[in-house]
Amino acid sequence: MKLHEYQSKLIFAEYGVPIPQGRVAATASEAKQIAHELGGRVVVKSQVLVGGRGKAGGIRLAKNPGEAEELATQILSMEIKGLPVRKVLVDEAADIEKEIYLGITNDRAARRPVMMASSEGGVDIEEVARVTPEKIIKAHIDPLLGLQGYQARDIAAGIDLPREHWRAFGVIAAGLWQAYKKSDANLAEINPLVITADSKLLAVDGKMVLDDNALFRHPDLADKRDLDIEDDSEIEARKYGLSYIKLDGDIGCMVNGAGLAMTTMDVIKHFGGEPANFLDIGGGANAEKVAAAFRIILSDKNIKAVLINIFGGITRGDEVARGILAAMEEIKPEVPMVVRLVGTNAEEGRQLIADADMITAETLAGAAQKAVAAAEGGK
Amino acid sequence: MSIFVDKNTKLIGQGITGREGLFHAQRMLEYGTNLVAGVTPGKGGEWILDGKVPVFDSVKLAQEATGANASVIFVPSRFASDAIFEAADAGIELIVCIAEGIPVLDMMRVRNYLDQKGVRLVGPNCPGLLTPGEAKVGIIPGDIAISGDVGVVSRSGTLTYEVLYALKEKGMGVSTCVGIGGDPINGTNFIDCLRLFEEDPKTKKIVLIGEIGGTDEEQAAEFITNNVTKPVAGFIAGQTAPPGKRMGHAGAIVQGGTGLAVDKIKALEDAGVRVAKHPEEIPKLL
Repeated sequence: MKLHEYQSKLIFAEYGVPIPQGRVAATASEAKQIAHELGGRVVVKSQVLVGGRGKAGGIRLAKNPGEAEELATQILSMEIKGLPVRKVLVDEAADIEKEIYLGITNDRAARRPVMMASSEGGVDIEEVARVTPEKIIKAHIDPLLGLQGYQARDIAAGIDLPREHWRAFGVIAAGLWQAYKKSDANLAEINPLVITADSKLLAVDGKMVLDDNALFRHPDLADKRDLDIEDDSEIEARKYGLSYIKLDGDIGCMVNGAGLAMTTMDVIKHFGGEPANFLDIGGGANAEKVAAAFRIILSDKNIKAVLINIFGGITRGDEVARGILAAMEEIKPEVPMVVRLVGTNAEEGRQLIADADMITAETLAGAAQKAVAAAEGGK
Repeated sequence: MSIFVDKNTKLIGQGITGREGLFHAQRMLEYGTNLVAGVTPGKGGEWILDGKVPVFDSVKLAQEATGANASVIFVPSRFASDAIFEAADAGIELIVCIAEGIPVLDMMRVRNYLDQKGVRLVGPNCPGLLTPGEAKVGIIPGDIAISGDVGVVSRSGTLTYEVLYALKEKGMGVSTCVGIGGDPINGTNFIDCLRLFEEDPKTKKIVLIGEIGGTDEEQAAEFITNNVTKPVAGFIAGQTAPPGKRMGHAGAIVQGGTGLAVDKIKALEDAGVRVAKHPEEIPKLL
């Protein structure tokens, strides 16, 4: 789950990271008021969950409250990469001497979080990593021990940060690690962390991505989810604990298990069809969940056929069959349906659906071919 | 021969008094797995599964009473890391964790701790282990595989069943099947299994099933080039997955140009692995 800049920076600030004075506004008049309180010279920043806000004209400098109001009016009417701007952050403008990068993410291969810093801040860090990897200084953090003081000092020295800033940098690095750990983040990033004209360190931009699996520990953070970046059916799917991703094709897929769901998509494509979605009903799915999955798939108007591929393990074929029947009763789908049930209680499941109007298949390849043919109208 | 589990494995089940746990404990017992005890805090002293399996309040008590050397964990994800630490501290040598959705920072602490203690973990977010005819530890349906000489290692669950089933349909048996799980941080990885399959005299051929995300398949390919003499066939799921989207498994995501199926397939093919176009093609590639 992604957090907005203003949300991320407020979390950083709780752990001792200095951030600019500022507040978030939903209207231009609020933005003007905040600018007035801050003394006039401010940055008006669109709060949308995409990169490239600055390039799109979504981050602008205002010299006075009147200009802040004008810019906020413009920015609040923008869409950036398809997302509407609903809020702007109005921050006191900083006099920037130098921009650096500081972030923490998970290093899968090392099985540890890694803190990364670069003297080249304010730009796309992936670009720096690609072109000049030597300019990125890394320190892996022992998840049992946490970030050590010497690691922060090594990073400060590694990016040639002047010595007078090492102490402040250490506080920021430790604060960022605490924010990362205590919020169960997958990414916490300050870009840029600036050295100001009066020689202070300040986190002028911030970004956090939280671990969805840990949100049960953070109900306050879970409430901050921005639903604008998600498809309605994806939101509906999450309510039922389903994993659903909408795609552009016309063959709806309902599968148990992520690997098999991806494979089912791949095999449909292999036989000349186009999958309309990824949908994993998860392990141990019951009839109610299956019915919800079915409704979500069929809410996509492009669907010309549905392929249900269930290989029972923790999920039981009879439960799935009951869910399919219940959903069919309710929705009365008009598209052809291909069903393949194998594994735990599959026999019972097959008996349950024997009388329903469905195309059955024995193999995955066979099921995919039948679904592709059905979508082309050759039922 | 087999790897990790066989008929001598003494298994306990953590969280097998719950609905799912009990269902699968029954299946494990019917399969012939030597399931010696269950652990559920607060239910110590009860007997489950028609009085065949005693329940203890802690792993330590269960281990001391039965001499168990392996544990399968069915507890929900938010309690799973605690269950893993408990098993490791009670002297269990092999821990198999089925739960999906453990926070990644929890798993990093678990993995680093287990590495220090030298305890083997399989999973989490995995279907477990199956040594056909000897032991089933986890949720892999027992009747979809027969005993034989193919070692199977996979990041997926149900996709693994698909491959076992395809092998059985062609009369091909399995030495051991290992589901290593679909999380970004897990215990046992491809290389651990490839090394053991290479050393296992019963295993003559190997099947490796990967998916998008991370670089484990690329590392496996390098290991195969340098260390594996037995023939390997493979499959990579997620060739049609869009980048930036998490495809169900926490670990299955194409990010910043890494983790692509096409790169994994190329790495494996360069290592001499025969990569199938769809999973039912695997038997004929062996």
